[in-house]
Amino acid sequence: MSAVGNVASSARFAGIAARRADFPALHQEVHGKPLAYLDSAASAQRPQAVIDAMVAHERRNHANVHRGVHQLSQRATDAYEGARERVSRYINASGSDEIIFTRGTTESINLVAASFGKMRLEPGDEVLVTWMEHHSNIVPWQMICEQTGARLVAVPITHTGELDLEAFHRLLTDRTRIVAVVHVSNALGTINPVQDIIEAAHKVGAVVLLDGAQATPHMRIDVQALDCDFYALSGHKTFGPTGIGVLYGKRALLDAMPPYQGGGEMIRTVTFEKTTWNALPCKFEAGTQNITGAVGLGAAIDYLSGIDFAEVARHEADLLEYATERLSELPGIRLIGTAAAKASVLSFTLGDIHAHDLGTVVDMEGVAIRTGHHCAMPVMEHFGVPATARASFALYNDRGDVDQLVTGLNRAAELFL
Amino acid sequence: MNELQELYREVILDHNRQPRNFGEIENADRVVEGVNPLCGDRMTLYVSLDGEQVRDIRFTGTGCAISVASSSLMTEKAKGHSIDELRTLFDRVHEMLTGDGTEADVDLDEMDKLAALSGVRAYPTRVKCATLAWHALIGAISGSRDRISTE
Repeated sequence: MSAVGNVASSARFAGIAARRADFPALHQEVHGKPLAYLDSAASAQRPQAVIDAMVAHERRNHANVHRGVHQLSQRATDAYEGARERVSRYINASGSDEIIFTRGTTESINLVAASFGKMRLEPGDEVLVTWMEHHSNIVPWQMICEQTGARLVAVPITHTGELDLEAFHRLLTDRTRIVAVVHVSNALGTINPVQDIIEAAHKVGAVVLLDGAQATPHMRIDVQALDCDFYALSGHKTFGPTGIGVLYGKRALLDAMPPYQGGGEMIRTVTFEKTTWNALPCKFEAGTQNITGAVGLGAAIDYLSGIDFAEVARHEADLLEYATERLSELPGIRLIGTAAAKASVLSFTLGDIHAHDLGTVVDMEGVAIRTGHHCAMPVMEHFGVPATARASFALYNDRGDVDQLVTGLNRAAELFL
Repeated sequence: MNELQELYREVILDHNRQPRNFGEIENADRVVEGVNPLCGDRMTLYVSLDGEQVRDIRFTGTGCAISVASSSLMTEKAKGHSIDELRTLFDRVHEMLTGDGTEADVDLDEMDKLAALSGVRAYPTRVKCATLAWHALIGAISGSRDRISTE
């Protein structure tokens, strides 16, 4: 790395130090080393503003929502619905009634599979997924296919970890009812050409669900511009809390769909003869929801709204390039997933060192990475590895984190190779 | 000794590089598959019995250094022992790997090379890597199950 390059990059990313300061968890030592948190794809850290919003809500405003006439219930309802409004504006839904709060991406997908899938799928129909899906975008479809007699079809991926688009177009037929695709792959970082996928799917009359869990931390989403039918995302990948997520759905589809779970909140009237459903979005929110979680997600959206994603994209692209370059110098390194369009995720193996040993050794250097199959066993099968190590970079990481990772990997190489 | 060397002792590195008793046994009396769903570690254990005695024991599979070394050390130790002796050994190894270490409940000298595995106690996320082989052993000598999972 030349001195000139360092100066240029530090000038370009002058905002990074300030951004790091927003995330208290980053400023600690692990095993006597400064923490290099490179596991944001598993769960991102939260800015102080998110923590503060949740604490303030818990301390002053907690009550059940949509229930009481008292002051606290009103405040809690305002906070909860305010969060829904923020999400709606942030992803450019056509209205906040298209935003369903769930426990996370997994529940969002399960909701669509159980409700829309049950309503729509018949024997002989097909659900199209891909080989790079997270298990949460495979298993719910497998389950509903088993119940309805529909068939689950998977689009293969190439040796670089990109979708085989030729195969996609071949497998997309007039039998395809649902196309469920990951926007950004958690195991490979691949950014899929979702716009083209959506257009092609709509031409055969299929609806499209995008698993956006890994996309929202890296880019602004505009669901109307994408014209996707469903979009699923998680709070905790998006610098918010765990236990809260979102399902966006087009109003007409959500309106036609039967409820997912029964209970309070989702009903209009209940008698023992007949129950009528509440309007959107409450129809899909049975029971008391994760109110504080929604407040935290709302605060995360506020935080992200103040961020220039073009700058984040440049910063993350620089980190990915730097990390790719530094790791490529290591003897025995194999990068898994080298797509042209890629988010800042680096999956790799080092010699024949098992990923878990790598994870433990770099942890001793203060570096947090994910090791294992990343809930994407078909991806591991495709690349013929039992597991990989994965470093994922978020808007708060810097080149120092990469250097620390390389130090840790060198240590692992000394020990095992 | 630093923390890493405490976990990855020379014995473990050696057994990981050159696992003993690695391979299949044709016509084994007992074949047990052990999986650690969390890590994806996978091993198959083959046991030939001579009455109540383990005549031969071998394993195949993939896993981390701890898991491979533990399998290798386990097979080395188990060969020639009776089923009863191995049950007792299992209890002691289990105690060594999962006990809180506050009491001298396991005599590490007596454990011989197996004592090298005791470093995992400080790494709760790695304990299952070490116990997998031993659970497979118990499954095999009990003859009750042909699939062992750490979860």
